Amino acid sequence: MTDPIYVTDALIAEDIDAYLASHERKSLLRFITCGSVDDGKSTLIGRLLYDSKMIFEDQLAALEADSKRVGTQGGEIDFALLVDGLAAEREQGITIDVAYRFFTTEKRKFIVADTPGHEQYTRNMVTGASTADLAVILVDARKGVLTQTRRHSFLAHLLGIRHIVLAVNKMDLVGYDKAVFDRITLAYRAFASEIGITNFTAIPISGFKGDNITALSANTPWFKGPALIEHLETVEIGDTADEAKPLRMPVQWVNRPNLDFRGFSGQLASGKVKPGDAVRILPSGKTTTIDRIVTLDGDLNEAVAGQSVTLTLADEVDCSRGDVIAAADAPPETADQFEATLVWMADEAMIPGRAYWLKLATQSVSATVQAPKYEINVNTLDRLAAKTLDLNGIGVVEVSTDKPITFEAYADNKTLGGFILIDKLTNATVAAGMLHFSLRRAQNVHWQAGDIDRDMRANLKNQRPALLWFTGLSGSGKSTIANLVEKKLHRMNRHSFLLDGDNVRHGLNKDLGFTEADRIENIRRVGEVAKLMTDAGLIVITAFISPFRAEREMVRAMLPEGEFLEIFIDTPLAEAERRDVKGLYKKARAGQLKNFTGIDSPYEAPEAPEIRIDTTAMTAEEAADLIVERLLG
Amino acid sequence: MIDTLTHLDRLEAESIHIMREVMADAVNPVMLYSVGKDSAVMLHLARKAFYPSPPPFPLLHVDTTWKFRAMYELRDRMAAESGMDLIVHQNPEAKARGINPFDHGPLHTDMWKTEGLKQALDLHGFDVAFGGARRDEEKSRAKERIFSFRTASHGWDPKQQRPELWNLYNARKAKGESIRVFPISNWTELDIWQYIARENIPIVPLYFAAPRPTVTRDGLLLMVDDDRFPLRDGEEPVMRSVRFRTLGCYPLTGAVESEATTLSQVIQEMLLTTTSERQGRIIDKDGGDASMEKKKQEGYF
Repeated sequence: MTDPIYVTDALIAEDIDAYLASHERKSLLRFITCGSVDDGKSTLIGRLLYDSKMIFEDQLAALEADSKRVGTQGGEIDFALLVDGLAAEREQGITIDVAYRFFTTEKRKFIVADTPGHEQYTRNMVTGASTADLAVILVDARKGVLTQTRRHSFLAHLLGIRHIVLAVNKMDLVGYDKAVFDRITLAYRAFASEIGITNFTAIPISGFKGDNITALSANTPWFKGPALIEHLETVEIGDTADEAKPLRMPVQWVNRPNLDFRGFSGQLASGKVKPGDAVRILPSGKTTTIDRIVTLDGDLNEAVAGQSVTLTLADEVDCSRGDVIAAADAPPETADQFEATLVWMADEAMIPGRAYWLKLATQSVSATVQAPKYEINVNTLDRLAAKTLDLNGIGVVEVSTDKPITFEAYADNKTLGGFILIDKLTNATVAAGMLHFSLRRAQNVHWQAGDIDRDMRANLKNQRPALLWFTGLSGSGKSTIANLVEKKLHRMNRHSFLLDGDNVRHGLNKDLGFTEADRIENIRRVGEVAKLMTDAGLIVITAFISPFRAEREMVRAMLPEGEFLEIFIDTPLAEAERRDVKGLYKKARAGQLKNFTGIDSPYEAPEAPEIRIDTTAMTAEEAADLIVERLLG
Repeated sequence: MIDTLTHLDRLEAESIHIMREVMADAVNPVMLYSVGKDSAVMLHLARKAFYPSPPPFPLLHVDTTWKFRAMYELRDRMAAESGMDLIVHQNPEAKARGINPFDHGPLHTDMWKTEGLKQALDLHGFDVAFGGARRDEEKSRAKERIFSFRTASHGWDPKQQRPELWNLYNARKAKGESIRVFPISNWTELDIWQYIARENIPIVPLYFAAPRPTVTRDGLLLMVDDDRFPLRDGEEPVMRSVRFRTLGCYPLTGAVESEATTLSQVIQEMLLTTTSERQGRIIDKDGGDASMEKKKQEGYF
């Protein structure tokens, strides 16, 4: 290895301390490589590791043996084998997940996200791109700009990557022809400006042969540079830009070792902070000043974007995890309705109206997503009408959260604008989102605060409002018991209302069918109506199969703590089917009814219902007495 | 343009952020402490992350009873200094059956480490365990998430990993499931050494060269650390100036001949060396090419 960019052996051997001193001042660049299956992406990364001496002799020996055995380069060193880590993908010869690689040069340390090229793994590329400062878009010189090239460029731009490198690879296979390179660059420029990429750097390379990787190649005398590594070493990282923005620090953890110390730990998302600075705590809006910046190494005079610190405040203001400490004179917005771009990452499609956990910075809230305004075809960039988003689908949606969150547009601040959605049942990360702006609706539809509040209405009726939510299989006895409960309450002069499933579907919800999405919307509306009725002071009783835990939890979250009583009418399927009061099981078994709960659609039993009724162990009358007793007792 | 923060500053800030995020959802977290240099850095970062509080979790050492004596000494000292509880777990079954690296080969690692770790996590009901693995160590590690989700039986399914975007970690899990968190995922071996030097972090003296009694066996230079080491016919411990690049069970860990007695010299040797860090470890090679991946699926860290 004699390349001047890497050769440090002499310095290391002669003056290790000088070498270390220089190495300690290196900065860090994260980048992503994107290419199609055969564009030579793994080969390029293998080459970067190899050239930067990140490959040791024992690894090289293994690589040479592997290259002969399973390599695709006719026995020559196959750099791709270095980075294709998992056994499954080595067999298939493709990369199936995001892998992170590390190498270092004289000027910088690099973290490379290696992400797969084929369409079904868009989510992996989005994952890798989310932390990248720069994207290397690989194009095979023989093939030019392909559909995949467009997709990768669109995704890189969508995730806010500011630096794009167009690496025209395999130049050796087109005779290092300048005309080929120029033609591809021109074609890419036309496409790039279409999607808003105004600036990119095109470099003709050969990952396999090493042309224009570490130094300009004699094979391309017409190319004046920069070589790929030179570009990576000098491109500006976004740090200084982040520091120039107003202070934002999402609070991760309240640090309370004893009664005399209360600090707020977090990583600065943007800006700078000094003791004495005026700050505002969001979402409460309370103001105070910074007292100290505490670290194990002693108090700091200043902290900047990217640093993890613990701040103490001059006043005792409420502040906890999820809050944001911000510059007092330039605070971020808070809102509960947004427009966002969503990338769907789960096998199970998005369900409009279902409640998901939304995590943004250190805030976790319950959120629902409306059907997309449109879906984006990542290949053509056309906007398509869509009712949902499938795996790898990208669309623009409206998101509503159950309480206001502190945010900024993703374009301004990735930390306060990027979020993930988490399925409430499986806990899987199902989507990544980028906030655009809050919807005016939330800000202009002010909550009407009347003079008579819900407590006053309930007091007049001499009762505490509640929602008795019956759930259970069809034929389990929900309606029978619910009806008895209401009769008993009525005799006791309690003001109640029984919301019946069939009746609601005749009026309020007659536009809804029985698809999963419609069933969820049905429950959401019932929940909202029940909530208004409890505001009016009523005891509301509902009897719906409501088979999904997520929807029952959604309704629970709408009501004040303690007012939602989940009543699980626990009748085994065999017993309900034996009773078959309405003859529905027979029809379902005969295939005449689709999506019938318990037969071909799941019932998710409550894990911790407030009341569980075992109908095989007590009569309906006894059950109703028990429920009334629990409600009023 | 001068960047305010160096790559070490950034790595440190990232690791601290990760550790604090764990505290949001974890019920009963623990830090796996193996006493090696990576553990030393991880522990140091934990102290920084929560200062002036002590780190709000205990240290767990899954002991095989076959570590170097110098490791046990440093372990006890660091636990005392950090103010953290130290839990030492030794697999009782391995103990009862006298499992050792000389007679039992791969079973030694499987029972003491893999099984021992699962036992300790189950016994104490730990739902989140910090580990000091780095992505640059080994090919299958390069693809592991920072928050690595494990089934109730501690299995790892590379295809079911959660996408990890920005610095947002999804730490939600069902009862019985657990998460392994690797806060120093993005550090390289060189970063670790430079940080140890910068922060003056105590490490086991075995990382520095000194005359030590050694024998050569199966291509490895092994240190005779105590009298449990059964010498074969004709084997005679020879004093050699050696040091270790990684530390594990002493009968399984190869030394390298070296004169490096300072951190600078150690780093110098590392930069000029031509073999990878894990080469002195026998564990990677059991079971062929994909052995680490296989071990992880079985529950190894």
